[in-house]
Amino acid sequence: MSESERVDSPEQALFRTQCQTWLANNHPGSPPVTIPQGALELSDPDAMQWLKQWQKSAYDAGMIGCDYPVEVGGGGQEKFQTIANQEMQRAKTPYLPNIIGMGMAAPTIFFHAQDDVKAELLPKLLSGEHIWCQGFSEPGAGSDLANQQTFAEKDGDNWVINGHKVWTSLAHFADWMILLCRTDKSDKYNGLSYFVVPIKSALGNGVTVRPLIKMTGQTGFNEVLFENLVIPDRYRLDAVGAGWKVAMTTLAHERGAGLLVTPASGGMATEGESGVSVGSVGSLIDLAQSHQRLGKTAADDPALRDEIMKLMIRREAMQQNTRRSAVSGLTDHPMRIPLQSKLVGTEFNQDLTEVAYRIEGAASTLNRNDPNAPAGGQWPLAYMNSFGVTIAAGANEVQRNILGERVLGLPKSK
Amino acid sequence: MAEQPKNFGFGEDEVMLRDSARKFLNDHCSSDKLHRLVASDFNLDRPNDCVWDQGLWQQIVDLGWTAVCVPEAAGGIGMPTVAAISLAEEVGRVAFPSPLIATLSATFVLNACDSAAATNALTDIAAGKATALALTNTDGQWDSTATGVQVNAAGRLDGLAAFVQDARKCAQFIVSARSDAGVGLYLVSGAADGLTVTPDSIIDLTRDQARLTFENVEAIELAAPGTGDAAIDAALPALLCLISADMVGAGEWLLQTTVEYAKTRVQFDHPLGFFQAVKHPLVNVMLQIDNAKSLTYHAGCAFDHDPAEALRLARMAKSEASDMAVFSSSRAVQFHGGIGFTWECYVHLFFKRQMHNQVLFGDAKYQRALLADLVMGKAA
Repeated sequence: MSESERVDSPEQALFRTQCQTWLANNHPGSPPVTIPQGALELSDPDAMQWLKQWQKSAYDAGMIGCDYPVEVGGGGQEKFQTIANQEMQRAKTPYLPNIIGMGMAAPTIFFHAQDDVKAELLPKLLSGEHIWCQGFSEPGAGSDLANQQTFAEKDGDNWVINGHKVWTSLAHFADWMILLCRTDKSDKYNGLSYFVVPIKSALGNGVTVRPLIKMTGQTGFNEVLFENLVIPDRYRLDAVGAGWKVAMTTLAHERGAGLLVTPASGGMATEGESGVSVGSVGSLIDLAQSHQRLGKTAADDPALRDEIMKLMIRREAMQQNTRRSAVSGLTDHPMRIPLQSKLVGTEFNQDLTEVAYRIEGAASTLNRNDPNAPAGGQWPLAYMNSFGVTIAAGANEVQRNILGERVLGLPKSK
Repeated sequence: MAEQPKNFGFGEDEVMLRDSARKFLNDHCSSDKLHRLVASDFNLDRPNDCVWDQGLWQQIVDLGWTAVCVPEAAGGIGMPTVAAISLAEEVGRVAFPSPLIATLSATFVLNACDSAAATNALTDIAAGKATALALTNTDGQWDSTATGVQVNAAGRLDGLAAFVQDARKCAQFIVSARSDAGVGLYLVSGAADGLTVTPDSIIDLTRDQARLTFENVEAIELAAPGTGDAAIDAALPALLCLISADMVGAGEWLLQTTVEYAKTRVQFDHPLGFFQAVKHPLVNVMLQIDNAKSLTYHAGCAFDHDPAEALRLARMAKSEASDMAVFSSSRAVQFHGGIGFTWECYVHLFFKRQMHNQVLFGDAKYQRALLADLVMGKAA
């Protein structure tokens, strides 16, 4: 019995059993197409379609959006999502493709949209029928997010949007976008407003989506151009000028520090098909045992053993920090652990994949399409992709500013 | 994995104990008072006195802190291991000079001995008898079979035990000693004939440390020859946790003190903490403290609930805490600048305590080498 199961209420225990039963009978099996390591790398429409079907069936089974009210398409429960996530992970399911929708758009809409908009958008978001993307970053607004130049101008009951968004993951599949933009040029922070924008229906009619190619050669993110896109005022979240406040709800959830638990499945082996789980210390040890170094296996090299143990310790510490942060009286500041989550998780992943590709030695030079690449070239690929998340969602340098200022109380840096 | 409580064992009583310890130590061991007590003279050739507040120790005994992890059957309170760990953390937070961590450590070794003599010793500890472990030799080896003491034909002890923590604050010692049948554990009174306590001159001003020389010293057997090393090994996870907790507490003092300084000290028209070259490393110190703290609680919880995993987890905790001890103390001195390098600044008290802590029972790399053996098997 795992630690989490012992604290289940009777209702939660019953739900856990229901999840287990359903998953035992409804796991979608092996994908018919190659599935990339993460949803943000999706480029093949067939892979997207297959994953959307998985999300829909998990939603219909009640495992996605369990903690949202019934009126907005949720399960109307409390603290069920964590259980569903644990069971989906344990059953080694595929990941959910509408990751930005569930992780960022849904909680923002839930806390800030008017009721009819929630009822209109959330059910298809949670079921994965509508894929969402995030329109925050711009060429001149990266870590300095409030420097938004995309402009929405009021025109009667509508808004007319013009501007340029970049690094927009999943925009090439997205039906909808959460959009932060400027409505007042005279005030940096209070001049921002927040909208939900239908983009697929406006393609060629005010919206253009163009792929941007990542350093790995993969697509997956895009630039999005708005030219006189017209949307109704009801798609504005919260007040005109309250965009920064609304964006903080999005970012809190993106960084794992929000009030609602994000639905998440996973655990199934992806690209490379070696059955190796990129990101686990166990697979790093397996890797070390199967590569040679200094006349022995890499797992016998004291320097590498030390590096692997450091990673194992950090991994365990992340889990125990989460455990401690849930116990009242064991943290000095309520946000001290939650605000660390994005920073430590992404740096752990970067450092682990870096050690991994070095263990592969000369073979790590091989691209993922080379027939001799070990494990399908996934370790060096995962290392390169790890920079996406140490930069995204507020570069980790910004995360350190936030922790230094909000938790330690240090003066604000410029 | 066996069952573990989600709260690591921190129930209402444990949190209350921790809070009252924090208040007591804040009230009675301010950094200012500590500095006057232990750092009044910077001359290394000053008399090697053991300076500590014995009146405060008696109050601590009256509060029951030495009894927290003594079983109820031996006259103690029988609280979870995290109760002792949280006391060690609070002691570290004020760099408190006392035999508390030595005595709590002795408690866990005695809990691992199965003898009436051990039970009697535990009863004495619960009543406040300060006790230290004498488990290593002049090489400072931490292996449980390493000892420089022998049991002679008369059943008495000869030889030398080194690096005994807070020896001069303790009334008795638990000594590992070798005989033909292997290592046993023995209780020796501080007043025993033939025992010489020779104080080391140590860098850490908040502790004392000594060599014990044994010449035909009378001793009570706690664990029979051949079983002493197993008792030490059984207690080792708790011993590692206590030192780690001390480092966590001291690390938090170093962090908060440096943060306060970085808010007030102005250079280039800004408080130091405005500059990311200062802010970001301080955040990194915080991340390491949190890791070390959670790992320490986890290992302490496993010690009670999942003993088979406790050593692995305690080595993780000691590794992280030792690295953190180095980093938290080095950043504290560095960011205090010129003043941080002086004797009058309180930072050096904690810096030196962290230097001392991080090597006890093996530094970070030592822990990871043994952890790798546990997790990956011995290297070829």
